[in-house]
Amino acid sequence: MTTTDAYDLLVIGAGPAGFAAATTAADAGLTVALIDAGHSAGGQFYRQPAPALNASRPKALHHGWRTYEGWMRRLAAHVASGSVRHLTNHQVWAVERVPDAEPGGSDGGFAASGDRATLFVAHALVGVEAARSVAVRGRALLLATGAYERQLPFPGWTLPGVVTAGGAQAQLKDSLVVPGQRVVVAGTGPLLLSVAASLVQAGAAVPAVVEAADPLRYARHLPALLRNPGKLVEGAGYAGTLLRYGVPVRTRHVVVAALGTRRVEAVTVAKVDRSGRVVGPERTVACDTLAVGYGLDAQLDLALELGCPAGREPDGGWALEVDDGQWTGVEGVWAAGETTGVGGAQLALAEGELAAWSVVARLRPGLPRNVPARPVRQRARLRAFASALQGVHQVPRFAEQLRDDTDVCRCEEVPYAGIRDAVTDLGATDPRSVKLLTRAGMGWCQGRMCGTAVQCIVSELTAGRAKAVPPSRPLACPVPLGVLAEQAGDPPG
Amino acid sequence: MTRTPRDLAGARPGPAFTVRVDGREVDALPGQTLAAVLWADGTTAWRTTRVGGRPRGAFCGIGSCFDCLITVNGVRDLRACLVRPEPGDVVSTRDDD
Ligand SMILES: Cc1cc2nc3c(=O)[nH]c(=O)nc-3n(C[C@H](O)[C@H](O)[C@H](O)COP(=O)(O)OP(=O)(O)OC[C@H]3O[C@@H](n4cnc5c(N)ncnc54)[C@H](O)[C@@H]3O)c2cc1C
Ligand code: FES
Repeated sequence: MTTTDAYDLLVIGAGPAGFAAATTAADAGLTVALIDAGHSAGGQFYRQPAPALNASRPKALHHGWRTYEGWMRRLAAHVASGSVRHLTNHQVWAVERVPDAEPGGSDGGFAASGDRATLFVAHALVGVEAARSVAVRGRALLLATGAYERQLPFPGWTLPGVVTAGGAQAQLKDSLVVPGQRVVVAGTGPLLLSVAASLVQAGAAVPAVVEAADPLRYARHLPALLRNPGKLVEGAGYAGTLLRYGVPVRTRHVVVAALGTRRVEAVTVAKVDRSGRVVGPERTVACDTLAVGYGLDAQLDLALELGCPAGREPDGGWALEVDDGQWTGVEGVWAAGETTGVGGAQLALAEGELAAWSVVARLRPGLPRNVPARPVRQRARLRAFASALQGVHQVPRFAEQLRDDTDVCRCEEVPYAGIRDAVTDLGATDPRSVKLLTRAGMGWCQGRMCGTAVQCIVSELTAGRAKAVPPSRPLACPVPLGVLAEQAGDPPG
Repeated sequence: MTRTPRDLAGARPGPAFTVRVDGREVDALPGQTLAAVLWADGTTAWRTTRVGGRPRGAFCGIGSCFDCLITVNGVRDLRACLVRPEPGDVVSTRDDD
């Protein structure tokens, strides 16, 4: 392989952060490979109906559609001219650094190890069958892998009919279905209102939105909120839809259990205090589906494997630490969007643009620097908004509601009692040892669904002595053994 | 008036087709994920857990949780929330097939 096969920039993730970065970098003359597991650019926010569904009004399911269309026109022009290669249905499972074939890095690769420049090689599984892996090379790397929804266990959460709020939204936007006819939407965070609004517009009944946070806490963050009238209008739009459809929003309430035998038939809801402790009587709400989520956790697997430093967010989640140019501090690696702090699509767009400008400055030092002021301003304003929201929508207490037999790890079916005994009887003091003792987090999802819960339970049982570490995973997704064997026999480079 | 997601998005998909799920014909639209096809059919569970033998279906809806694993045309462990079935596909929900 020679370096002529390498793109200037590899962008992993084609959500708002990734497509904005790819487009901006191509505007400035870089060649870009934009790699995404999905069928269209857009990510979680601008998720498109599957093309074969022939939707003439996809914007009915979206906010900010015009902005998206503008970006897509620019991206399409770059794809047509060959400056951006958009690899859809490609899931990256690892990124490695290899020495450039040409010594000295005269082509602009990064001289991270001695005087030999390095290239990044992204390994991606193709299609849902994932039986084949391809390697894509680039001189610089931008991680825009977004987030997945944070979940907390409660009795009945493994019943069929209990789905994630974001997942209900994703299947609605992608495949134009609703998960059930009567859907309670619960958890915490701004996503809940948007999901509930979409569901009622699409014909499902939503008997209640159950939000753990106390809306009065918004009062503490007024300046950050008032700097973002657009975001307030967006939120008010969802709230208005819910009002129109008569959907009650119960704040300072949580779902304490999902009831049913073969599937969910009802949920019990109770009032909580500021910390999330149940203080009121329980009420039962009949439903055939529960859509639940407690905020978002950034998808950091690839970044952590490359050594990018991460820090804690106001809501307890992890995010990469970056400089003003969205550079991670690791040579050649930038990050944007939810990976650098959960804050929504507009923030992701601004960060993607800024990351691209920083990459351009690094790869083309000769070009005049003309970073626009607009995304810099937007980023500052929207980050303030995001951290205000995170301050309001923190993870509530939940462990008191768990029964001994409530599964905390869905994949390996590890009940609460197993986790507790690992700490109190076997002396585990951190999530890693709990994992080794119980297998919690060792299943297919690699702890994406139970990671936050295990961390919180261990921290509570050890009175906060447990050391918090970001969840790292050597492979970003399961890789078929055949593919791994092939890689071992045929090292890239 | 009943609203449907398809009306909302003004979708005009190609002709519906069927997939065989455990021997039963289930209606599908071109492009939809298998999880969506099963949801539209009123099916919420299509897997049994190893330890507790409990029913599971789609949970995260975006390919992260692997709760929705299913067999399509003999290929095991595919994620129903990502796979898009085609006419004549044979789907099996039993792990031992
Ligand atoms: C399930 C879900 C639903 C959401 N729904 C909404 C909503 O309705 N409204 C709203 O305001 N916000 C929603 N959000 C929040 C959303 O994350 C942000 O608003 C916004 O989309 C963030 O942009 P991003 O570019 O940082 O990441 P994303 O939009 O999440 O994009 C990341 C992209 O990276 C791809 N990716 C990740 N890892 C890999 C990999 N290893 N290989 C290849 N590709 C990869 C993903 O396929 C995805 O397309 C949702 C979040 C989630 C998790
Ligand atoms: S529902 Fe989570 S992977 Fe399919």
